[in-house]
Amino acid sequence: MVEKGKWVLIRRTVLEPGERAPQAPEDTREVPLRMWIKGTLQKRAAIGEEVTVLTRTGRIETGTLLEENPYYKHDFGKCVPELMAISDQVREMVFGGEGE
Amino acid sequence: MSQSNDYASVMARKGEIMKRSVGIDYSLFESGSIAFDYEKMMRETGYTLEEMQKIQESVHVGNTPIIELRNITALARKCAGSGLGARIFIKDEACNPSGSFKARRAAISVYHAKKLGFKGVLTATSGNYGAAVASQAAMAGLKCIVVQECYDSRGLGQPEIIEKARKCEALGAEVVQLSVGPELFYKFLLLLEETGYFNASLYTPFGIAGVETLGYEIAMQFREKYGRDPDAVVCTNAGGGNVTGTARGLQKAGAQSKVIGASVNLAGLHMASDQQFNKKSFTTGHTGFGMPFAVWPDRSDVPRSAARPLRYMDRYVTVSQGDVFYMTEALASLEGLEKGPAGNTSLAAAFALAQEMPQEQMLVVQETEYTGAGKHIQPQLTFARENGIIVYFGRPEDETPGKNIVLPAEPHLIKATDVDLTHMRTSLIKTAVSQHQGELTPADIRFLAEETKSSTAFVKKVLAQA
Repeated sequence: MVEKGKWVLIRRTVLEPGERAPQAPEDTREVPLRMWIKGTLQKRAAIGEEVTVLTRTGRIETGTLLEENPYYKHDFGKCVPELMAISDQVREMVFGGEGE
Repeated sequence: MSQSNDYASVMARKGEIMKRSVGIDYSLFESGSIAFDYEKMMRETGYTLEEMQKIQESVHVGNTPIIELRNITALARKCAGSGLGARIFIKDEACNPSGSFKARRAAISVYHAKKLGFKGVLTATSGNYGAAVASQAAMAGLKCIVVQECYDSRGLGQPEIIEKARKCEALGAEVVQLSVGPELFYKFLLLLEETGYFNASLYTPFGIAGVETLGYEIAMQFREKYGRDPDAVVCTNAGGGNVTGTARGLQKAGAQSKVIGASVNLAGLHMASDQQFNKKSFTTGHTGFGMPFAVWPDRSDVPRSAARPLRYMDRYVTVSQGDVFYMTEALASLEGLEKGPAGNTSLAAAFALAQEMPQEQMLVVQETEYTGAGKHIQPQLTFARENGIIVYFGRPEDETPGKNIVLPAEPHLIKATDVDLTHMRTSLIKTAVSQHQGELTPADIRFLAEETKSSTAFVKKVLAQA
């Protein structure tokens, strides 16, 4: 359960597939337009329940409760060895292999 | 009485929502035909260059350093023919408070919103402009909402956009994240209606004119340090504001520098496609925005866009995703500067363009952007591989957006490919005419010539073919 007053992430469907803009590509029109938003939970609830939150600007939004204290999961990725190869190549061309 | 909020009903209210939220009566500049008075709009709704410099200075924006990239220039000369390889410079716009040149645009928009008495600002952007508006709103004590196109329908987000959301939130903004689709504008309109906030659009005169100080500074800094204007300025082009503002600033300084737009080539990828959304490694600075916004500027989120790049570009070139990744690594490895990839689109182009120019000439890349988790070549290439994109060394011309990223096997393979501006100019004229009913007036012909940096003879020739 997530307690009232906690900072949470919710998700809501804004437009169902049949309500989407006519100019959207076909693959996009086949899926709903979804929205993710964060706010303060207004009532104790379990993950997956429909809830109401108060956003940073003081607006009320409703949606499915996804996560408490949402995690920023983006990172610096795995090593991409090709980048080191580029680094070696340009240093060799400009500095003629100094530092070896 | 509650009003209907389905897609069509909200779009039908667009005009009145816009009028209220940007505080501009665009009808004052309309002729009733194709032509509208662009310069009058820029003059009467915006601020003078001097006023903008003062506004920006008061919020720590602008006056960013220009750095000579001596080692990148040396690399270009290794690749160039005898006597060729212009000196390459970069304007370190990442030094602005929010980490990109977008702070210039946001500074003016937010100042204007505050002056008009709005309690908050709203912007629809997945780019650096969101953080810029959030940063300026924080300084001004205004509330801020940023609406982003961030995820595909599975909820898989572009790492670069997720980082920008984090930055907006760190600066106190509310971030509304949406899945892919043109209805971002629909949600944006609903939020404008609900909050009554100012529409800090990228395309108002404030949003564009704020960049004029950038072009002006380039001319002034070069005159002071090198005694003359640079020969060419390369601007990454997406919605057209960067090119437009920079070129206008250069003109206000009386500089004759050539203005060259540069975009990452994403040909073949549909920008509003749910399935293709995460197949690209660039979320801005690419042809998916660059081409349509240049040939039809008024597709933006205001009735008349102040960004009209075909009025200003002397040349428009494309580079590949692999080219930009290569140059981003070279910038770190040779110059000790770690900067975000999208802003390096113009650097990749400049690296190739410098090789066409004599060594005594000077070429400026007019921006850098901040880098961070997600917004960096390593996570972006990791993400690309995880989404089935093949990354390998080879010839950049073999790159197919959405299928592979070809890192140039050698730096001399990096090329700036010219976009046919005559074709784009023709396309703008034909689009304008197709949106219009009735005969064209002489003022329309003159307007279209200005819009396309061409002549009335050229416009008439295109019209005769149509």
